[in-house]
Amino acid sequence: MFKCIYNGEKEAKAGKTVFGETIRKMIEEDPQVVYLDADLMNSIGTSGLEKSFPNQVIEVGIQEANMAGLSGGLSAVGKKPFMHTFASFAGRRCYDQVFISIAYAKNNVRVIGSDPGITSAYNGGTHMPFEDICLYRAIPHSTVIEFTDSAMTAALLPVIKERPGLTYCRLSRKNCIAIYSEDSVFEPGVANILRDGKDAVIFACGYMVSESLKAAETLEKEGISTAVVDMFTIKPLDTAKVLEFAEKTGAVVTAENGNVVGGLGAAVAGFLSETRPTPVIRVGVKDEFGQVGTPEYLAGVYGLTPADVVAAVKKSISLKK
Amino acid sequence: MLTPLKEFATDIRIQQMEEFKARGFGHVGGSLSITDCLAALYGGIMRIDPKNPNWEDRDRLVVSKGHSGPALYAALALKGYFPLETLKTLNQNGTTLPSHCDRNLTPGVDMTTGSLGQGASTACGMALGLKLSGKDSRVYLILGDGECQEGQVWEMALFAAQHKLGNFIAFLDYNKRQLDGYVTDICDLEDPAAKFESFNWYVKRIKGDDPDKIYETILETQKNQKDRPAMIVLDTVKGGGVKQIEDTTLNHHLNMTTELADEIIKQLIKQKEG
Repeated sequence: MFKCIYNGEKEAKAGKTVFGETIRKMIEEDPQVVYLDADLMNSIGTSGLEKSFPNQVIEVGIQEANMAGLSGGLSAVGKKPFMHTFASFAGRRCYDQVFISIAYAKNNVRVIGSDPGITSAYNGGTHMPFEDICLYRAIPHSTVIEFTDSAMTAALLPVIKERPGLTYCRLSRKNCIAIYSEDSVFEPGVANILRDGKDAVIFACGYMVSESLKAAETLEKEGISTAVVDMFTIKPLDTAKVLEFAEKTGAVVTAENGNVVGGLGAAVAGFLSETRPTPVIRVGVKDEFGQVGTPEYLAGVYGLTPADVVAAVKKSISLKK
Repeated sequence: MLTPLKEFATDIRIQQMEEFKARGFGHVGGSLSITDCLAALYGGIMRIDPKNPNWEDRDRLVVSKGHSGPALYAALALKGYFPLETLKTLNQNGTTLPSHCDRNLTPGVDMTTGSLGQGASTACGMALGLKLSGKDSRVYLILGDGECQEGQVWEMALFAAQHKLGNFIAFLDYNKRQLDGYVTDICDLEDPAAKFESFNWYVKRIKGDDPDKIYETILETQKNQKDRPAMIVLDTVKGGGVKQIEDTTLNHHLNMTTELADEIIKQLIKQKEG
């Protein structure tokens, strides 16, 4: 079970710190775990592990395609590989390798993509992944997860370690807004109801979870009761909760830190249109490339602020029959 | 009289022809050119147990030029991984023998390949994993020459040397031809042996049409490669061992009439009988 501790404050530890600590713990506990990185260990908190654990930590160098293939091969001889690179490269630079050498070949590999969406900030357009959710969703039988905060990262990584097939995880390196208590437990495929409501529901993931909670507080003051559900597993979609809240509220908003093309909103809208047609307003990047800037600035540019979510909820309610 | 390995190679060629004959077409040229290498590997080099295809301590083979599956399937069937009759289902609806190798469909196939360059990395990952686990199994890899135009092959080449994968032997099926024509006219490899040497691999270059010579070279390589990955460049002929196919200019993928297949099979049986 999970406990929501959201109060708008940031978590104490950066995402990369918790990621590095958790990878280390898994390596210590399970000799079959192998961690691979493409020259970004200094960026993600795993630096130095290759010296302490030379038989379990592989610094591949700047060759993402080879890293994906190596991971597939490692899985085929019984290892449990985790490979990390920036989410931009995890999607674009090794897509065919992930598709064929991992997923199609039925190897068990966890791909970690860091700096999702606008959180890549000063790395700008070349490094700003708005498309990775769409790409990974399109791989048959894949699992697509976005860690909401560090408590979830620490709790879910060991669960994912045993998950068969391809699992893709979006991870922020920075200090997220704290959402969960450290003793929270998560189950892939089971969405978390962070806030109940009767007038509308927001299905959010990643960076947009805290922004959606802020929006719900604003709406509450205006007398609009809004549920917020953390869809940290984007695939497989928790269709039971989507249906439950669509029926209960009749007004649906999705919120994600990425392109609306093929993302969480597309998944929710696609499911609802076939089961219970409901207005779905998608908050997300509207088919644009990235650019440099602070996350706060970029949220304004791409329409990812709490105010954008508030407007989407009102629009969704206005479309109710 | 043929040596046992040459006889095995001839049998692999005969069974390939049965596959192509049953389907009427296939990747004939590149399957024939790796046949002598497969005969050496499955004729005694590889530690395998056809009764237990997933035996943990086996050696592995990745045919990265995955379109040469028909040659591998013939070798596997002859070794008893599945009945010879199954070969006639190549590329039929619902088959366990698809055009490109699939580890989830065919007993004895160690890795799924077909998107060129990718088998290089998965084979390398297997060799790395086995080394990290302290196992003494070896990993063999067959690359195509056209395939080496993929950058991923050279990423792997850097990595395997860096990680001192002395349990890893790759072969280059240097038959000089690719789908659209001659490698030298399209994007030349120049001297692949020199290239791999400069990547700090242990390298041998031999004619690739004699399974006994390939067998010896593998044993010698295993003895001498120490902690280096090894590359054995095989100078082969696309369509090798079957004159009619060798003489066909664009022989990557061919139609195979029953008449032509029967003629070739008859010719190969005659070779066996001396």
